Amino acid sequence: MDITLSKAQQDMAKEARRFLKNECPIDFISEMFDDKKGYTDKFWSKIIELDWPAMCIPEKYSGMGMELIDMVMVLEESGRFMMPGPFFSTVMYAAETLLAAGTEAQKEKYLPQIVDGKIKGTLAVFEPDSGADPTYIQMEAKAQGKDFVLNGSKVLVSDAHESNFIICAARTSPGNDPSNGITLFMVDPKKNGVTVSLLPTMDSTRKYCAVEFKNVAVSAGDILGEVDKGWAPLNRAMDRAIAASAAKAYIPPMFYNVTCGTVQVLGGTGFVWENEIHYYLKRAKANEVVLGDQDYHHERLLKLLSL
Amino acid sequence: MDYRLTPEQEGFRKEFVSWLEKNLPEGFDPEKPRNYNTPEEHLVAYKAFQKRLSEGGYAGMHYAKEYGGQGKTIIEESIVLQTIASTCMELRGPGGITFGMAVPTIHTCGNEEQKRKYLPRIMDGTQLWCQGFSEPGAGSDVANVSTMAIRKGDHYVVNGQKVWTSIAHMADHCILLVRTEPETTKHRGLSYLLLDMKAPGVDVRPMKQMTGEAEFNEVFMDNVKVPVEDLVGKEGDGWMIAITTLMFERAIGDVTMASSYEKMMKRYFNMAKTAKRSGKPVIENPVVRQKIAHHYIETMVLKYHGLRNFSKLIKGGVPGPEGSIGKLLWSVPNPMITNDAVMMQGPLGQVGEGSPYSIGDGTWQYAFLRAKGNTIEAGSTEIQKNIIGERVLGLPKDASRAVVRK
Repeated sequence: MDITLSKAQQDMAKEARRFLKNECPIDFISEMFDDKKGYTDKFWSKIIELDWPAMCIPEKYSGMGMELIDMVMVLEESGRFMMPGPFFSTVMYAAETLLAAGTEAQKEKYLPQIVDGKIKGTLAVFEPDSGADPTYIQMEAKAQGKDFVLNGSKVLVSDAHESNFIICAARTSPGNDPSNGITLFMVDPKKNGVTVSLLPTMDSTRKYCAVEFKNVAVSAGDILGEVDKGWAPLNRAMDRAIAASAAKAYIPPMFYNVTCGTVQVLGGTGFVWENEIHYYLKRAKANEVVLGDQDYHHERLLKLLSL
Repeated sequence: MDYRLTPEQEGFRKEFVSWLEKNLPEGFDPEKPRNYNTPEEHLVAYKAFQKRLSEGGYAGMHYAKEYGGQGKTIIEESIVLQTIASTCMELRGPGGITFGMAVPTIHTCGNEEQKRKYLPRIMDGTQLWCQGFSEPGAGSDVANVSTMAIRKGDHYVVNGQKVWTSIAHMADHCILLVRTEPETTKHRGLSYLLLDMKAPGVDVRPMKQMTGEAEFNEVFMDNVKVPVEDLVGKEGDGWMIAITTLMFERAIGDVTMASSYEKMMKRYFNMAKTAKRSGKPVIENPVVRQKIAHHYIETMVLKYHGLRNFSKLIKGGVPGPEGSIGKLLWSVPNPMITNDAVMMQGPLGQVGEGSPYSIGDGTWQYAFLRAKGNTIEAGSTEIQKNIIGERVLGLPKDASRAVVRK
């Protein structure tokens, strides 16, 4: 067993930190907090130049075929500097879900464009009545011949306002069991009937949207994977985005507690906008609910332990 | 011991409740936690409401008529305050420092002229006051005052800076702690002045806080003249008077705060019935139920602690250091209560004012962020624990300060 980082991984982290330290000073984060788009094209193009989106995409789709742990080096640093922009949603949500669920044709169509930075994507899971339970997916996708028609709302969809495609989880067969009846659809947000609106969230270092679907027709070719069997690949992709339930249950509340402790130690200084701690506090609070909260992951962990 | 009101007091309560129903400002919605979005609107509403209270015979119940009060007892005052806190606290909000600190201090420590000059104009809503104690670099250590006031003939010349001054941007006057003897440090050599915020040389700069609003201010004083008539007590009495002010801050505050918290609990229960998790109201979730029950108990503890301290105040006049316990009883739970509120909304807990998806149109998000200041403002949790340790429990002084004294 060896749970230490390799020299290459350490170098990658160092390089990412150096880059982000230069490119994401707190003034930039603060400006992006108030900005509707949430990042600049200039910053995005620098990330593409560094090949970060390519890291975990297999070589046959123009990627670099690296391990998830290599990506973790970059993600850790991106969190440290509160890196703005649709990197996580495009690479960890959209690309990972495509890899887990997509057909060969879909992967060939989308992944090389993600590598090149030509397109951005995201994943729509939560609904207004889900709470922080990502298994509660009740949005309806009704079969119409070979195609489907989507109706309903998704909330807290990361960066949907900047996405070229949204992977939307919807129910094609009724019921409460996530392992049966959920299907993943590739939706172009410009399509008739799709409305994307930015949500006024406490955490604005990242942007979250509501996406409303009103009689949105999706053709059979835009279904990711099998009809009714979308949960397994979705769950796999989300797991890669969060590492594991134990970590997801433990770390975000800890991060939040640390930010609260920091405010208290700083005193009034920690309570004013001018001090950067509130950006971390707000991001920490959002981290606690995205991809399932502590209650969800505790429960999931116990189920995995057959309890 | 008796928690009940006498029939006369209950009669007074009912009379005030029905008066209040008829006298709320037009368009004011008691169910909305916020009716006023700018400090200017809020100030106008506060002053008009206070004027109406005064005209109706409900301002300063326990103060004498010559000071603009009603000549009744503090029981009637608490009935008025609790009723306001459970219906329209927003209207009274800006007056918290005025009535919790400035009025009792002027009343207890001020001379007859000061009482007659200021108290009636506070009671009728003409004047709003703020409190200038904290300074940059002093943290919650109030005695660490550098603002200097040097006497020149019939006035003091004040130079220095205050910080975390709530509502200074709205206030007409300020209770100001200054150093009148240049060579002194800490508690000695402090004096207590009544400052006119419109005096030349006073500069107020609002500080934006993490909620996005500006409630607190920096106050700069550059050669500001304060007439010697506006010195409270004698030169050098400042620290003792400041302590009196701070104890009053606690005493009335807890009972009023408990009423606001009880109202918040009602909104909390309703929110828990509305917000959903896995398609079901979160009130059905056993984890959430445990949390809500716990928070309700915390509210009750605050209420009965407040009533007990209040009873002592009725008997003894000036409140004691036990008030620090009350400060902890509201300020420590509130960040937890509002955090659980936001968490039980799941991802929608992120969504603030102005979105149809927000549960409560951003009020819980505001409350959550605002609560982050609770354990810092009005004497931090750490300072309160020192006071409880030293003055209630009689423990030795905090080690770091004991060393300094040697």
